[in-house]
Amino acid sequence: MTPRINELWVYLSASPLLGLTITLLAYQGAFWIYRRSGNHPLANPVLIAVSVLVCFLLSTGTSYETYFAGAQFVHFLLGPATVALAIPLYTQLKRVKAMWLPVLVGLLVGSLSAALSAVAIGRLFGASLPSQLSLAPKSVTTPIAMGIAERIGGIPSLTAVLVIITGIIGAVAARYVFDAVRLHDPAIRGFAIGIASHGIGTARAFQVNEQSGAFAALAMGLNGALTALLVPLIARWIGLG
Amino acid sequence: MLSALTQLLLCQLAGEVIARGIDLPVPGPVLGMLLLFLVLTLRGGPGHDLQTTSQTLLQHLSLLFVPAGTGIMVHLHRVADEWLALSISLLVSTLMTLLVTGLVMQLCAPRSTAPGENP
Repeated sequence: MTPRINELWVYLSASPLLGLTITLLAYQGAFWIYRRSGNHPLANPVLIAVSVLVCFLLSTGTSYETYFAGAQFVHFLLGPATVALAIPLYTQLKRVKAMWLPVLVGLLVGSLSAALSAVAIGRLFGASLPSQLSLAPKSVTTPIAMGIAERIGGIPSLTAVLVIITGIIGAVAARYVFDAVRLHDPAIRGFAIGIASHGIGTARAFQVNEQSGAFAALAMGLNGALTALLVPLIARWIGLG
Repeated sequence: MLSALTQLLLCQLAGEVIARGIDLPVPGPVLGMLLLFLVLTLRGGPGHDLQTTSQTLLQHLSLLFVPAGTGIMVHLHRVADEWLALSISLLVSTLMTLLVTGLVMQLCAPRSTAPGENP
């Protein structure tokens, strides 16, 4: 690189501007591909944007900390966006009331199966104990999951990664799973996505169907609360935590 | 947009204060969501500003996970060490959860409707 370009790069890589801009650029590109593919689940915008960004940062030797200094402005909006989920929930209140029994049963069964199966399968295939404990809250939205991992002796930052991968798997696979068993009710599909794959699944549900999105949001909130209560208890009972 | 953002942040702040104040395991934004839901129930729905702003925000909910997701680059080596156990666990457990939750709900659902496009 010529000195001037080098100087420019030193400036850009130290300023939050670059991290913020490439996040928005990568996402817009990913979203364009997603729309062009007719909302195909495999063209998940989070998956594409993250892949592009990781390649870019690794190839330019930019550290995640430097990148995050800019990207944190986007990350911060997760809080208000979570609060905003109350609105579709309110709009769908009538349908939620009519569905209270399946919602309660689905929550309990789904929440338990998400945590227990993850730990059991991890153990079966020889994951280390800290990894098993990091797997337990994998279906819950990131901030709650990290708190749970910390409480039971997992690795919070590893949990954050497992949560994101889980979200992408759920968002990509849901359509095929439900179609295979002929499950068509958008409310039930949405709720199951929210339980299995938290906010990333919820984002996918909203892009496809407003009612699915509302039920996914409901599931995500309820599952977060229930898992935060249940997993530390279960970990203690079975002598893990 | 400004008043809507303020309302959302106020709810989040209140949720955060409550969660830390009485040491709840539930994070602030989730409590904030419950608070806003209560407000909406009392007020009989969201105002126009809140409705449109939150719609815009939720339309691009995916974007908000991108910075955290990119954090995977920090853990590439750790994930590589136990990739088989971790990937089988995540894949099978997530598919199972989708299936079990969906089927159990369908069993106790009042009736089935099947309109529109589905995720």
